[in-house]
Amino acid sequence: MTALLTFRDVAKSFTLHLRGGVVLPVVGDVGFTVEPGECVVLGGPSGAGKSSLLKMAYGNYRCDAGAILVRDGDAVIDVVRADPRVVLALRARVIAYVSQFLRVIPRVPALDVVEAAGREGGLDAEAALARAKDLLARLNLPERLWGLPPATFSGGEQQRVNIARGLIADRPLLLLDEPTASLDDRNRAVVAELVREKLKAGAGVLGIFHDSAMRDAVATRVVDVTHFAPRARAA
Amino acid sequence: MTSRTPLLSAHGLTKAYGNRLACAGIDLDVTEGEVLAIVGESGSGKSTLLSLLAGELAPDAGEVRYRMRDGQIRALAGLGPAELRRLMRTDWGFVRQDARQGLRMAVSAGGNVGERLMGMGERHYGRIRGQALDWLGRVEIEVGRVDDPPSQFSGGMRQRLQIARNLVTQPRLVLMDEPTSGLDVSVQARLLDLIRRLSAELGLAVIIVTHDLAVARLLSHRIAVMRAGRVIETGLTDRVLDDPEHAYTQLLVSSVLAA
Repeated sequence: MTALLTFRDVAKSFTLHLRGGVVLPVVGDVGFTVEPGECVVLGGPSGAGKSSLLKMAYGNYRCDAGAILVRDGDAVIDVVRADPRVVLALRARVIAYVSQFLRVIPRVPALDVVEAAGREGGLDAEAALARAKDLLARLNLPERLWGLPPATFSGGEQQRVNIARGLIADRPLLLLDEPTASLDDRNRAVVAELVREKLKAGAGVLGIFHDSAMRDAVATRVVDVTHFAPRARAA
Repeated sequence: MTSRTPLLSAHGLTKAYGNRLACAGIDLDVTEGEVLAIVGESGSGKSTLLSLLAGELAPDAGEVRYRMRDGQIRALAGLGPAELRRLMRTDWGFVRQDARQGLRMAVSAGGNVGERLMGMGERHYGRIRGQALDWLGRVEIEVGRVDDPPSQFSGGMRQRLQIARNLVTQPRLVLMDEPTSGLDVSVQARLLDLIRRLSAELGLAVIIVTHDLAVARLLSHRIAVMRAGRVIETGLTDRVLDDPEHAYTQLLVSSVLAA
């Protein structure tokens, strides 16, 4: 069986045209896979390129070389070269991405934000609403906040809305960028439980968790990103 | 989905004013359920491009093709004036930056919405009024304002009325020219939410011209960055905005205040 996610010989750098075209290498020779039921945690210090790898897998960042293969049913799609419409279809059905920040239209209530994400991920309206309520309740977001736009919430409350939004649909590949950074222990344990349920259902996770308790609770394997240090370029 | 013929496609669209190229060899396409943003600074040619796409301006070179309701692909230039007018009144919407160009300011809100239906041949007063009321509700204009003319409306309400007027005929393609600029931020947010919700629910193809990258990010799936009449970078909206390749796009993105 093909892996859910395969990085093959991937390299990435940023060219800063406004800084005289200076090239900042990020990663090189990246190669690893994420199999169903596996939670691969990216390790390494800040600036090693962990978040960039997640963004590349989501199609949010370009790559200079290599392939990032995502399994979509029986098909395998290279996110690096896929047409934008194909990447959008993958995001709708296959790839969920939870960042550290919630970015939504300002006046939409929290429950609607989560429910809409469920519908975009293929749930019918009834299931999306039921799951949205269930997730917000499990994540201990007080019910009096559900009808309010998240812009007014605390950082931790916003983050829980963000997690609910990312996890509501049944996408087989989850990209988690420090989803628990602003959460207390109790809610961190809830997120760990939610992630384990996804793994048990056959999803694959590629994640960044600086907090070691969270990492120990979910990781099945750690990939050290410092091994993907970019090769020195001839200037 | 991806192999499907686009609803609208432009091929090599070129238009010059004197010796200044407003649009130079532009290719783009859009299909149902998809929002394409065209961004760039004033004078980049984006409004000229929209007029070319709408058939309001004739290109010097290139053409616009459209998949008609019967599935046939037709070049806009090959449509007769009556055919083109019918297309624009029924299958297309055009939401203007200045509501005064998109609405009849002295006609009631209900009349503004009903007019497009009458243009399609609807003559039954009760049905016209019923649909007008339904659409005013969907764009969150109170029923009590149906007989008031838009000259008595606020800027945000006028834009919402323009949207109702355009969508009542169930168009497949909607062009929008800076629909939120000049509005207060809170009014803008409400309008953006409405546009996003309706375009997704109705599966519309939308081409939106904006200089506001935040608007493009919230609404669009794909983006085309214009400069001096050319599309210099195009692709997935978040990829172009978060990892811009072209020097000019990097400048545009880095010039925005982060909110």
